[in-house]
Amino acid sequence: MTQPARLRHGGRINRDRPVAFTFNGRQYLGCEGDTLASALLANGVHMVARSWKYHRPRGIVGAGAEEPNAIVQLGEGSRTVPNARATQVEIHEGLIARSVNCWPGLEFDLLSLNGLFSRLLPAGFYYKTFMWPKSFWRHYEHFIRKAAGLGEAPTERDPDYYEKFNAHCDVLVAGAGPAGLTAALAAARSGARVIIADEQSEPGGSLLHARESIDGLPAVSWLRRTLAELAAIPDVRVLARSTVFGYHDHNFLAIAERLTDHLAEDRRRGPRERIWRVRAKQVILATGACERPLVFTNNDRPGVMLASAISIYTRRYAVRTGNNAVIFTNNDSAYATVLDLLDAGVRVAAVVDAREQPRGPHLEAARQRGINLMAGSAIVDVRGRRRVQAAVVASLGADANGLRGNDTTVVDCDLIGVSGGHSPVVHLYAQSGGRPLFDEGLAAFVPGPAVQTQRSVGGCRGSFALADCLREGYEAGTAAARETGHDAAATLPPGPGTLERHDYTLRPLWRVPDPPGHARGARQFLDLQNDVSASDVLLAAREGYHSVEHVKRYTALGFGTDQGKLGNINGLAILAQALGQDIAATGTTTFRPNYTPVTFGAIAGRDLGDLFEPIRLTALHAWHVEHGAEFENVGQWKRPWYYPKPGESMHEAVRRECHAARNAVAMMDASTLGKIDIQGPDAAEFLNRVYTNNWHTLKVGQCRYGLMLREDGMVMDDGVTSRLGENHFYMTTTTGGAARVYAWLERWLQTEWPELKVYLTSVTDHWATIAVVGPRSREVMKGVCGDIDFGAASFPFMSFRDGTVAEVAARVARISFSGELAYEVSVPADYARHVWKALMAAGAPHGITPYGTEAMHVLRAEKGYIIVGQDTDGSLTPQDLGMEWIVSKTKDFIGRRSFARADTARPDRKQLVGLQSADPALVLPEGGQIVDRPQWTAPVQTTGHVTSSYFSDALGRPIALAVLQSGRSRIGQTIYVTLGDGRVAPATITHPVFLDREGKRQHG
Amino acid sequence: MLLIPCPWCGPRAESEFACGGEAGIVRPGAPDAVSDAEWADYLFMRTNHRGLHREQWWHAHGCRRWFIVRRDTVTCRIDGVEKMGSAGAAP
Ligand SMILES: [Zn+2]
Repeated sequence: MTQPARLRHGGRINRDRPVAFTFNGRQYLGCEGDTLASALLANGVHMVARSWKYHRPRGIVGAGAEEPNAIVQLGEGSRTVPNARATQVEIHEGLIARSVNCWPGLEFDLLSLNGLFSRLLPAGFYYKTFMWPKSFWRHYEHFIRKAAGLGEAPTERDPDYYEKFNAHCDVLVAGAGPAGLTAALAAARSGARVIIADEQSEPGGSLLHARESIDGLPAVSWLRRTLAELAAIPDVRVLARSTVFGYHDHNFLAIAERLTDHLAEDRRRGPRERIWRVRAKQVILATGACERPLVFTNNDRPGVMLASAISIYTRRYAVRTGNNAVIFTNNDSAYATVLDLLDAGVRVAAVVDAREQPRGPHLEAARQRGINLMAGSAIVDVRGRRRVQAAVVASLGADANGLRGNDTTVVDCDLIGVSGGHSPVVHLYAQSGGRPLFDEGLAAFVPGPAVQTQRSVGGCRGSFALADCLREGYEAGTAAARETGHDAAATLPPGPGTLERHDYTLRPLWRVPDPPGHARGARQFLDLQNDVSASDVLLAAREGYHSVEHVKRYTALGFGTDQGKLGNINGLAILAQALGQDIAATGTTTFRPNYTPVTFGAIAGRDLGDLFEPIRLTALHAWHVEHGAEFENVGQWKRPWYYPKPGESMHEAVRRECHAARNAVAMMDASTLGKIDIQGPDAAEFLNRVYTNNWHTLKVGQCRYGLMLREDGMVMDDGVTSRLGENHFYMTTTTGGAARVYAWLERWLQTEWPELKVYLTSVTDHWATIAVVGPRSREVMKGVCGDIDFGAASFPFMSFRDGTVAEVAARVARISFSGELAYEVSVPADYARHVWKALMAAGAPHGITPYGTEAMHVLRAEKGYIIVGQDTDGSLTPQDLGMEWIVSKTKDFIGRRSFARADTARPDRKQLVGLQSADPALVLPEGGQIVDRPQWTAPVQTTGHVTSSYFSDALGRPIALAVLQSGRSRIGQTIYVTLGDGRVAPATITHPVFLDREGKRQHG
Repeated sequence: MLLIPCPWCGPRAESEFACGGEAGIVRPGAPDAVSDAEWADYLFMRTNHRGLHREQWWHAHGCRRWFIVRRDTVTCRIDGVEKMGSAGAAP
């Protein structure tokens, strides 16, 4: 297992440490330091994928995040990673990778009878497909999913863990290439706290393959010295394998650090990835530039690569990417690749330069070595299918929109390096809120003015010469440190490189003319991953798509994992040309986070499983568990739902619990009710303003039910409040509304009525509350409490007494949510279990039965008591609910004025009613929509819906509450509840109180 | 994520706060004296201002104080904060 294309010398790979890995089921050897892409190339493997639409053979194109073709599934089972870029995957012993986009197989060419297939999938395919009869889509979806070649998410639980760090720094530097490193160096020398993050396996960026010298040292030696200096400064943190993927408001940036994926599985320790959430005082973006491909016919053949990628593979990874190369460029930078290839002993058959009179320092150096320079020319076609075999070269016309005659020259080659110029990586700048500007000289988008405290330096600013990168970085680092109060160390910036700043001398060439006899733009690929060609963009323009955002969505340009890093600028330039407008006016699509994909595991971090959301348990929870309760989630609370006995169904258990409450005694854990302690001389006045009824008249020792509205008149909460003292009240809220009500009250106090002297304290968790319910409840209470007189007259309904229950100081309130004689016992939460057990023991002779929320619902529904949020939905007034009796006519309160609004006063509003199902065995479905006629066809105007529905033990039949238009005036009529399957169930409209309408039982 | 300078606690992450929307919405002192249209304006209508905007924020997971933030709705730059009831500030 040799590596036939591995160079004998040079590179940053370790030839003494071979690494075995598997790609598409075949074993290969690479070297420590290789990426999957460089190792495959070292093994002579170029073709790694098939394109998703046409299934054309595709090869490795780039060397970084922009790679569109070499997309792989890593590993197997629970740790598998879909859609990784082979150019960014470090190989390790035992790595298993396979192409995700190669259906039906890399070697199997069936589908690439592409003439047939391509006609099925023009631009706008998705939209046009959706326009067809709906039944067609089913067939296509299956086919497309299979053919699309997307990776597979793991189906097993992730065995690894991930973590998040919050960090602060003076200066955050994104990118550790030459500009980023000098920025970090200058800031660090000034004494600033610095974080510098780089996505690659080691810092250095272009220095890792640069030809230049710095300070008289080879670039990599200067890099080593600089990293050593940074490592020696305590307040500097250098993060490798760390992608700054999001730049948010107020200099909040997110970094994904990959900690273990580069290691063999048996060497992995600790978290797999870490998300850094960084708040930086100053940000320096040094994210470099991305080389652009050129757009010519069959530019997608394996062996067509970015020129800069060829340099990286040659110099950094010691890989011979071909034996006989042609370089195609429109600028000087690709001549560095020519020199790199010549140094590596690769034949350069020709350099095809679009410029009429090429010039530049790299070109001059290459000319010294003797090259076949074809100026004013372009590659118009490529021969070879699974690998480049020849380039077809023609002379460009004066304006580059056409060819000079029909003559072509065929140059044999197995590698084509292309450079269409460089696009600054402005993603983070754009995410920060900035708007990139088009620079005509560079033919590229560059950062505009900074929006946050941020600077762009080097390649991502459009400065492509090494000397400029070093200088700009140092200046920005110095300035950023100064703004954070750290005065610059007087050290001079590093000396310039061996190359002076040079003219970029680029000739824009967005689309190479078609070869003679070819259709316009066909097989001139822009987005290799999505098979979007120039002809698709031209078609979109012809069909009237003029906005770049629309063209993107219509053609799928830039939709893949590379998010258009490679092809978007070419695409929008071609669009601009087709529309006859300039590129600046056409603009870019939006650069959204994330810069590269981030795993769900890293985003979730530790917020999983038990830590995903808090679970709130009452002080009595263990008792409920011990006694077999089934639980129901109510907000974050776990509440006992019912307590089944062995062999008992839910229906049977709930009937038994209800029966005990109505006929003997039952008890419930009511601790989850929200509880707010209200104190201050204006407390009564405050309650008067937030509740609909009068609170000045409430005497100490009494309780009162209150209805709370929003300012629009709609019911938002309800509950019972007790007056503990002249200036002291104790409010209860619904379980789910506790936090909302507390926030609401604080807001009115602080923002609207600051003159009121009222103080609120949430005491929900301080008190355990036990409801003792039923005709025998008085007997039970007498058994555990000797210092309260439980006489019906001395301790009347809607009052409370302080006393001692089971030797614990307690507050006992005579309130009822069931309509029965009932008491609520509140004790400090720590005593809950003791008091609960004492009540159970005292109630045993009376048959006391614990009951859960389901029985509670049945009992309250029998009485027509609403649950806010179940029977109401934020669109019902007290009048809608038939609760005018609680609305004061003599004072103002929140929401009152809205009763007079036209919509609120409408006569046909929905009103709370009862429903009696005609079928005595049918419990109507909650949420069931109500129609007035048994025969109907969708769409139909419904007149209401079922809000609560249960089987009533006391009545021996089902009951339901509903809201229904003009419902109260329709009592006795029949309506129809839809059952969701096309059928309806008839029901009679009734009064919403089904039991003891006079309320005798609770006063007993 | 905004960095919000709570006037009581200092700069804290936005995740500790809840936004209450536009500040300076005055509740009519005598609700019965205003027309339905004026009441609806108070209830529902907000300026959705582009640029510097006064808005109410609540330090829900901190001191639980409401205060006013002057924030640019385009850039999110925060110009300053005011305590409730500070001189000249309508809540
Ligand atoms: Zn605060």
